[in-house]
Amino acid sequence: MINEIFFMKGYGFYVWSAFSFTFLSFIVLYFVIKAQYIKERKKFITKFGTLNSERAAFAKTQSINKEILSNSSII
Amino acid sequence: MFKYFEPNKIFSITSKAPKYVLVLFIITISIGLTESLILSPEDYKQSHSVRIMYVHVPAAWISLGIFCAITFLSVIGYIFKIRNFFLISKSLAPSGLVFNIVALVTGSIWGKPTWGTWWAWDARITSMLILVLFYLIYLVAWRIYEKHDKVFRITSIISLLGIINVPIIKYSVDWWNTLHQPASISISKSSIHISMMFPLLIMTASFALFSLLIFLMKYNTELIKIKNKGLDRL
Repeated sequence: MINEIFFMKGYGFYVWSAFSFTFLSFIVLYFVIKAQYIKERKKFITKFGTLNSERAAFAKTQSINKEILSNSSII
Repeated sequence: MFKYFEPNKIFSITSKAPKYVLVLFIITISIGLTESLILSPEDYKQSHSVRIMYVHVPAAWISLGIFCAITFLSVIGYIFKIRNFFLISKSLAPSGLVFNIVALVTGSIWGKPTWGTWWAWDARITSMLILVLFYLIYLVAWRIYEKHDKVFRITSIISLLGIINVPIIKYSVDWWNTLHQPASISISKSSIHISMMFPLLIMTASFALFSLLIFLMKYNTELIKIKNKGLDRL
């Protein structure tokens, strides 16, 4: 049973290569996009920290800004 | 109607949705992998190499679907001046590109045991390669041009030119004598047995969920990028 799953009558190399490439691509894409998200959010928080209290209060009137500051992680 | 697509209104949903989509993706991909690698039968002609279909076909379908969505959103966005549609298009493109590359590479791997070659300048394969180029040009345009009007116009033109290639991809196997087999599934009929159709549909659903996950993450990133520029103007 295990042998059949791995070797697949000689086609195992092709099948496992195709599935591995697919999931490796998914993992790379996921982490690249996540890194971009973290970078932009960090930039936003840093910029927000440099605002004076009046501007920060004004920026906080927008719900989206509050959401960005409160969301600790994308996933 | 378009006011409901305002980024400020939908960020509260798009920022929370990824974790639920990820859970759904993990569930469907687990079922899909079990079905496609273990439970589904081997083909009487292609033997176990047919299992490559369960990643190759969904990837090709989704990359084509995403490009059609990009074109539709770009054209509607350009006509009605809805900036958010361009943001959605831009966020869809990375997963579309990756699915397109996956379809090409897994197709190439499938080609070796089936046709005896990794690559052939066959009409279907070549037209899929051209779609990769359109995805790349589309994404590069977003990086090169900074002025909104210009980038919206240029990306709309690129997607409109690229969409001409989509029916060519679809009908290439009928119009030309190709190594690639004709379509086994259409809206009205299918020549695939249910024991193979089920894993194929499950894998398609899981790939669609993955592209939704990537789209949501990218869309949220783009919204934060806009808000970053907004803070600069304060």
